[in-house]
Amino acid sequence: MASLSDRFNINAQLEHLQAKYVGTGHPDINRFEWNLNIKRDTYASLIGHQALAAYHAIAENESIGRVKYNFLQNMLLPCGLPPEKEEE
Amino acid sequence: MHLLNLTLSRPSAITCAIYGNFSAPKVHEIVVARGKVLELLRPDDAGRVQVVHSTEVFGVIRSLAPFRFPGAQQDYVICGSDSGRIVILQYSKEKNCFNKVHQETYGKSGCRRIVPGEYVAVDPKGRACMVAAVEKSKFVYVLNRDNDARLTISSPLEAHKGSTLCYHVTGLDMGFDNPVFAAIELDYAEADQDPTGEAASEAQKHLTLYELDLGLNHVVRKYSEPIDNGANMLVPVPGAGEGPGGVIVCAENFLIYKNVDHPEVRAVIPRRSNLSAERGVLITAATSFKQKNNIYIFLQSEYGDLYRVSLDYEGEQVKELRVKYFDTIPACTSLCLMRKGFLFAAAEFGDHALYQFSSLGDDDTEAVESSSATLMQTDEGFQPVFFDPRALTNLELLDRLDSLAPITDMKVANLANEEIPQIYAACGRGARSTLRVLRPGLAVTEMAVSPLPGNPTAVWTVKKAVSDEFDAYIVVSFSNATLVLSIGETVEEVNDSGFNGNVPTLQAQLLADDSMLQVYPNGLRHIRPDRRINEWRAPGRKTIQRATTNERQVAIALSGGEVIYFELNPQGMLVESEKREMGGDVACVAVAPVPEGRQRCRYLAVGMFDGTVRVLSLDPDSTLKVLATQAVGATPESVMMLDSPSAGKEGTDEGAGAGALFLQVGLVNGVLLRTEVDRVTGQLSDTRTRFLGTKPPKLFAAPVRGERSMLALSSRPWLGYSDQGKFNLVPMSYEALDYAAGFCSEQVPEGFVAVAKNTLRVIALERLGEFFNQQQLRLRYTPRKFVIHPDHKMLVVAEADHAAIPLAQRDDLKQQHQEGQQGAEAMQTDQQDGAVPAGPELSEESAAREDQWGAPMGEPGQWASCLRIVDPVALQTTHCIELDDNEAALSLCLVSFDSQPEAGVLLAVGTAQGLKFYPKEVQNGYVRVYRFLDEGKRIELVHKTQVDGVPGAMAAFKGRLLVGVDNNLRLYDMGKKRLLRKCEYRRLPTRVATLATTGSRIYVGDGQESMLYMRYKKSDNSFYVFADDIVPRHVTAALHLDYDTVAGADRFGNVFVSRLPPEISAQVEEDPTGGKYAAETGMLGGAPNKLQTLVNFHVGDTVMALQRAVLQPGGREMIVYGTISGAIGVLYPFASREDFDFFQHLEMHMRQEHPPLLGRDHLAYRSFYFPVKDVIDGDLCEQYPQLVPDKQRSVAEELDRSPGEVLKKLEDIRNRII
Repeated sequence: MASLSDRFNINAQLEHLQAKYVGTGHPDINRFEWNLNIKRDTYASLIGHQALAAYHAIAENESIGRVKYNFLQNMLLPCGLPPEKEEE
Repeated sequence: MHLLNLTLSRPSAITCAIYGNFSAPKVHEIVVARGKVLELLRPDDAGRVQVVHSTEVFGVIRSLAPFRFPGAQQDYVICGSDSGRIVILQYSKEKNCFNKVHQETYGKSGCRRIVPGEYVAVDPKGRACMVAAVEKSKFVYVLNRDNDARLTISSPLEAHKGSTLCYHVTGLDMGFDNPVFAAIELDYAEADQDPTGEAASEAQKHLTLYELDLGLNHVVRKYSEPIDNGANMLVPVPGAGEGPGGVIVCAENFLIYKNVDHPEVRAVIPRRSNLSAERGVLITAATSFKQKNNIYIFLQSEYGDLYRVSLDYEGEQVKELRVKYFDTIPACTSLCLMRKGFLFAAAEFGDHALYQFSSLGDDDTEAVESSSATLMQTDEGFQPVFFDPRALTNLELLDRLDSLAPITDMKVANLANEEIPQIYAACGRGARSTLRVLRPGLAVTEMAVSPLPGNPTAVWTVKKAVSDEFDAYIVVSFSNATLVLSIGETVEEVNDSGFNGNVPTLQAQLLADDSMLQVYPNGLRHIRPDRRINEWRAPGRKTIQRATTNERQVAIALSGGEVIYFELNPQGMLVESEKREMGGDVACVAVAPVPEGRQRCRYLAVGMFDGTVRVLSLDPDSTLKVLATQAVGATPESVMMLDSPSAGKEGTDEGAGAGALFLQVGLVNGVLLRTEVDRVTGQLSDTRTRFLGTKPPKLFAAPVRGERSMLALSSRPWLGYSDQGKFNLVPMSYEALDYAAGFCSEQVPEGFVAVAKNTLRVIALERLGEFFNQQQLRLRYTPRKFVIHPDHKMLVVAEADHAAIPLAQRDDLKQQHQEGQQGAEAMQTDQQDGAVPAGPELSEESAAREDQWGAPMGEPGQWASCLRIVDPVALQTTHCIELDDNEAALSLCLVSFDSQPEAGVLLAVGTAQGLKFYPKEVQNGYVRVYRFLDEGKRIELVHKTQVDGVPGAMAAFKGRLLVGVDNNLRLYDMGKKRLLRKCEYRRLPTRVATLATTGSRIYVGDGQESMLYMRYKKSDNSFYVFADDIVPRHVTAALHLDYDTVAGADRFGNVFVSRLPPEISAQVEEDPTGGKYAAETGMLGGAPNKLQTLVNFHVGDTVMALQRAVLQPGGREMIVYGTISGAIGVLYPFASREDFDFFQHLEMHMRQEHPPLLGRDHLAYRSFYFPVKDVIDGDLCEQYPQLVPDKQRSVAEELDRSPGEVLKKLEDIRNRII
């Protein structure tokens, strides 16, 4: 089905981006989803930069290994439970 | 403002370490990543870890893996970094650097969620590797060899799975079946959609196996099974005939053996008996080693306890999994089990260590062991197994590698009244905290000091035969006699050496035919191997003034200025071959050693009292012909010839571009000149100068790391040696010496023997390549801040630890205290409560134990804290106060109140009571005011004032105290019973992190919103913000530079300088409304004026402290910074536009010609968060000598200079800094 016009279609491009890059927004994004992505990105960055993980480890007096593990665990539900879906 | 960034001391924390044979087969080495620095370490035979190579990669190294082809004997290094590329490196022994073998791009740069690089796993049989991200993405690369045994890499095979978190990845040992990678995964897709929370609570971690089908060139998700939800790490078990295969899953509190079609075998991890029941035990580091049929697996928990894991198996069936407590060492980021029974432990914080196994714990029956066979399930879960940590029993400490990480605060001050200021750094965490005093220079160990009768004038060491490894004699010359000491078990005087003891000696030398030569004022004494003695007497009334020798050549200068040259002929006779009148008295002479494979050294350097240095030829056809003359402007005291570092070991590769000979001249005015000597013509060119000290430098040759290096003795000793292709001239941290020589014995393989006044000393270098020499004082808790009392020159350190048990509640210490073990030697602690035992850091024994085990863990929200007064010169604690009531000292400042001038300088300490994180909450905050007693040696509480929040920063302001409490700024004045609040500003954005003041301006560093400039209006008694920044920054350190300018650093590793534009600054000062409307006219709640960013730079490491300092007598002021990974660097303001232009162009060319090793774009890295502005990266420029000579030349041509001039410029700027 994919024709040349489809590929340059803005929606198709967006869909492609959304599939390829986690966290790409969409027009109906809600506050929760947006927050979710920010928080997960932040945790990933804290894990990736050793200095930031060490910074937290010193504040909490935990080992760096434990701090990184906690960050990964937090990525499951970084901002609490999702809101109830509004009935349409 | 244009700055040059230069790292003085590279980060000392290790983020990742791997073991393998990287430089050659059977050479056991470790590759470590120190954030942005990649290093190759090698323990020598004595068990001391030496840095072989160290390079900055300008990127974040996140993971490393060694990779080896089946049958090969050397390893490659696979790096996962933030470059979005997989990079495979090979260490080249010849060039002493890492070579990039492959670099394949797969994603965006940066430490992102779905861009792989966080984990790297390799197939144990060397066929494939996997790079994974924390979420979704995994790539598998097939690695192979081509016909020339070069490594080839395939295009990536995807193994992605959306909305899945990945905890760890490892390669399983499948023998030569298809490679399989195991991963711990957690799917969050449903949890995101389910508002009831049911899905989230049911979210299950899975152990997933990815099989790479080599035939189809395809990755399949072969197996995925639920696994314990605490799983965090995987340790592969050797398989394919050498073991059962499969994987050990490390989960919180448990180890679980898993394999396909194999039941789960579970064992609990033994836990410390004093650990609270709510805390789990998490394995954070693992290492394994396979030797014949034995599998050694060692795991380390987050508390530092080491466990040995053993498996009982038959075929592929694992019957029992046993976990045995092994020993306790500080918690590590990586462990490397090495051949020869070494264990390299890269500590998370503090010094790293190399241990040796004294036993494998097999016959250790006392150690606690848990087993899958005795696993007990009760109603509350599995029955735990307890142990108590013990002193090291199975391991022995061999070597410690100093680490400054983390530097939490740093100050530069000259408290000891030395030539240059010292750097005081508060380092470490918890029980491993230290206060370190750093001085630029090499650390020196004093091996022996012995007094001599009278003041010796010179010293040499002589071997018995050329082939000998160790020196046999130390020859000490006095003004009228010579003493010969023989080196053995002890050093004793001998008379049978053949040296004439009744005359002073000018030079002693072992010649190539094992004969010895003594040069004394009246002649030469040649002691043949068979003890026959040939004497040559100086003609007439002339005496020998100066002499220089090598294995085959002797040159002497007689009084009156005659130079006579001798050579050793094949019959073993010294033959006079030429003499020459120099036309003036000779001040010094020098000849280099005979290059390997040659008959003679071709040049003789002669320094004359008329202020010239001449190079004479020693070639047979033009002996003693003057080849070159250089006027040096002062009388040369000493000359020496030294090979340039890149000349190759033999020094034979003539004309190889940089492979030149250097003539070093020490002048009476304390300057060292370094001039290049052309190897062919002997012409002199390219002179560099360096001031060494107030005494004329005397130059001596001594071997350092097997290479001939230079000792320059001035008012302090300096060492000139080559390090990674560069000539380094560094001061040694030792007192002034008069004369020195190399020294080599069984006890001291490489050292120096030196005379200083009337003593003979044997000294050795501790660790070459370390820029600073350290002294340390143990602290009790993590240091948070410290201040220096300017009058008393005392340090006040605030220490605090979260989730730690305060001293008064420590049962273990109390017990000891009651037993009276410490009572006797305990220093005075707080006298108000006699029951409080002494801090563990005060007794050597308990400090060592605490260092090894860590302090016991407390509850979250429980704090242990103390205030300590330190005498920085003696490096001793003079007073220490433990805070009670769960208070934590977090900020400090010195203040003198205008309202009570008689009280003098007081110490204000900001404390938080019951501070808790996630979410952050605090019961209370206090400002404690102390007065100094006994010339600052003790402090006494005046009163404490409640402030309802965390006092994060404090500063003295107009004779009052300014306190940043959470997001409020308050001004306090001194009262009788408490501080009196005078003024308050409540609308700061998040949290006051730093405070600085000048005049009526206040510079506030906010926890998230960068810098704010405030003013105090006296008439209204109010504060207002008149300027703020346009970018958010999480400020960690700030340094006020001038009235309008502030330098700062943020949590993400950026350094910036912000300035208020001068016209706005003037307007603010002359504001007719007195700032009445200034605070209200900003847009969107911001301030009316905005700061301009002058400088932006990404250091790559959280900067914790910024200081202005001059690190050289008469040098320029610059900014010194210390980072959380223990790096110390400087930002040096360029003196001229010309310099800046030069370095800007050099940096530009270096970016082109020498892109960073791990494939990160240099410009993009330095612009990680904000575009780099007006900072030249000196670290990149300093890699110029590592370019191949062709490229060096082409870059230099672009800059309209010669390579030598570029190198000189680089050296100059470094010499100007330190």
